[in-house]
Amino acid sequence: MELHDVWFVLIAVLWIGYFFLEGFDFGVGVLTKLLARDRAERRVLINTIGPVWDGNEVWLLSAGGATFAAFPEWYATLFSGFYLPLLLILVCLIVRGVAFEYRHKREEERWQTNWEHAIFWTSLVPAVMWGVAFGNIVRGVKIDGQKEYVGNLFDLLNPYAILGGLVTLTLFTFHGAVFAALKTVGDMRMRARALALTLGLITAALDLGFLTWTQLSHGDGSSLVAMIVAVVALVGAVVAIKAGREGWSFALSGVAITAVVAMLFLTLFPNVMPSSLNEEWNLTVTNASSSPYTLKIMTWCAGVATPLVLLYQSWTYWVFRKRIGTQHIADAH
Amino acid sequence: MDLALAPETLARWQFGITTVYHFLFVPLTISLAALTAGLETAWVRTGKEKYLRATKFWGKLFLINIAMGVVTGIVQEFQFGMNWSDYSRFVGDVFGAPLAFEALIAFFFESTFIGLWIFGWDKLPKKIHLACIWMVSIGTILSAYFILAANSWMQHPVGYRINEERGRAELTDFWHVLTQNTALTQFFHTMTAAFLVGGAFMVGIAAFHLARKKHIPVMRTSLRLGLITVVVAGLLTAVSGDLLGKVMFKQQPMKMAAAEALWDGEAPAPFSVFAYGDVEKGHNKVAIEIPGLLSFLANDDFESYVPGINDVNKSEQERFGPGDYRPNIPVTYWGFRWMIGFGMASLAIGLIGLWLTRKKFLLPPGLRTGEDEVPNLVLFRNKVLNPRLTKWYWIFALWTMGFPLIASSWGWIFTEMGRQPWVVYGVLRTRDAVSPSVSQGEVLTSMIVFTLLYAVLAVIEVKLLVKYVKAGPPELTEADLNPPTKIGGDDRDADRPMAFSY
Repeated sequence: MELHDVWFVLIAVLWIGYFFLEGFDFGVGVLTKLLARDRAERRVLINTIGPVWDGNEVWLLSAGGATFAAFPEWYATLFSGFYLPLLLILVCLIVRGVAFEYRHKREEERWQTNWEHAIFWTSLVPAVMWGVAFGNIVRGVKIDGQKEYVGNLFDLLNPYAILGGLVTLTLFTFHGAVFAALKTVGDMRMRARALALTLGLITAALDLGFLTWTQLSHGDGSSLVAMIVAVVALVGAVVAIKAGREGWSFALSGVAITAVVAMLFLTLFPNVMPSSLNEEWNLTVTNASSSPYTLKIMTWCAGVATPLVLLYQSWTYWVFRKRIGTQHIADAH
Repeated sequence: MDLALAPETLARWQFGITTVYHFLFVPLTISLAALTAGLETAWVRTGKEKYLRATKFWGKLFLINIAMGVVTGIVQEFQFGMNWSDYSRFVGDVFGAPLAFEALIAFFFESTFIGLWIFGWDKLPKKIHLACIWMVSIGTILSAYFILAANSWMQHPVGYRINEERGRAELTDFWHVLTQNTALTQFFHTMTAAFLVGGAFMVGIAAFHLARKKHIPVMRTSLRLGLITVVVAGLLTAVSGDLLGKVMFKQQPMKMAAAEALWDGEAPAPFSVFAYGDVEKGHNKVAIEIPGLLSFLANDDFESYVPGINDVNKSEQERFGPGDYRPNIPVTYWGFRWMIGFGMASLAIGLIGLWLTRKKFLLPPGLRTGEDEVPNLVLFRNKVLNPRLTKWYWIFALWTMGFPLIASSWGWIFTEMGRQPWVVYGVLRTRDAVSPSVSQGEVLTSMIVFTLLYAVLAVIEVKLLVKYVKAGPPELTEADLNPPTKIGGDDRDADRPMAFSY
């Protein structure tokens, strides 16, 4: 296994980290309208992710930075090619971060309501967009011989990619509902469980469709294994939430996210961004990667930093392990 | 849609707008994290309530600010690929590494521990809670170091080779990139300037309250901390600026000649106080100068030769081929002056303030004030400044909040525009760095979207800051004074509201 293959795996790991973690906090953001009945309940939901959402988002920045360093051509083609969708994602992430931090800083009704709408939409839109983006990457987009994206915005809105967007949206929302059941008490916890069950069934159906489509058009033996793991884990997560085993359900929905991302990366390899115009113009782990020296340094950095990050981020979850309910939210600041 | 502009013009405007805006929050974040950590350390060590109240007050302003710094930073990570894809392809092998280090090491640190600090008041024992804000502070400083090492490579590329076959720069010595003198001096200068920003912010707000005789114990302490920070950081900013200037005279003579509007080389070379000239013809019409000072800034003596704009342009034409290698002279010239002028104005206000509010040093016993009194402003021995002048000092102190921010914005505009037409000095021209596949319409769209969004957020942010500044330090609660003794919080009352919630 050469270093650029190692880095292909590490980029996949960073995206898995991102979707696993920010997946549930996007989901919780969407649930502020699906699950919460009033402001107090919305605040409970927001506070379940309060201490951790910022750390979760850094997985995206790391994936972006590491792609720049390890696969500069991939970074350049992807970000200049998916320009407007990426702009939309950035706008959402900017507003979302500010919304969490500023919502409670004024008492005015309109101020708080506006930020709450913002939290919902800016969680929902990126949750869809990431699926659309990855759907397009797997499907292949119009890349010319100079590694430039030559398609337009509407080329990105094809049925397969849109289905991908619905899959990430439902998967993250399900993951978020299980997380909410795990982190709240009383009536909300019970409603989160019930909602998770419904969401889980919808997710499983959409997932099965999307993954089968992926497998039939791009898959091989290893991607089939990942697909089976994804589907089994998802079914397991649904069964577990029905049985009231929230911890198990959350772990399994995490496995499902991991397996879905793994499957997409397995179907890509050894490409990183296939061209739909000509196979010779595919961006691959070889023609898009950095020099062995850079990859070696990056490997040291990631090898030391990533386990440490996992360690102190896990510790954060342990510090905030207590469940919360409306009684824990103070009225005013 | 195609506009009659050079392809890189809009992309440059966009980078300028988003980056200068982002950097309004960065220096304040860096310095307030450390200052807040210092105040919390004082609380943990002494148990004096004023320190805890100060920590909570400045901590809240710090959080309002860092929220903006974090979200505008996301754009910074992605816009190289969006607007500058040819740059990314050409330099990614070198430039990407420090960026990835920044994310993997510094951003994770900051973002994880800031969550623990915000929500951890009733979940963590005092000392661990304190350790969290120090971790945030370390994260902000590491982040600055990596990104400045990356920027220094654009100013003065080292530790790389050109791979002709792949058509790109490749890293050969990462250690050299991280430790070259450009990176070290630029880091030194940026950090000291950041603390000048934070110190002035503290001085301004403390002055606002003291002038109104409000929240005196907390604001007295804050004023002193702020003034000392302004003076120490201000002096070090001047020292580091001089060091960085000397490095730049060697590495980018064009930038420094342009900073002085020195058209033709001179020995000894004068420092320009004011100049108005003709860029086309390449000379100044009006020039007020201090003889020999520029030679000193460049080479530490008052006689040596400093090359001028026309000389460097000629030698670069010989090295790189025909073309115009001059940056925008008026912007470079005035940017340099505004950077120095506003920065040093802030230092002057700090020095005056430190003298006026001196404590035991040279102050007669009758004029000394207690913990809960507004300090007397004493200019000469034995005499308190009259109320009018006192009022004016507080007003100046309030204004100084903005000065270092203006100075650091111009510092960046100066150093980036002074490097033009290069994006990587001597290696890659800015016009060859933009994304060929992105249309002018797309760039314009994103520029308008970001500019509008940033403008709206600026209004929201400033209003919030004003609200929380006016509210003053919070009263302490029973829970504040009795932090938990075990990690995860005490079990005393399971239904107790959280100390902090969104």
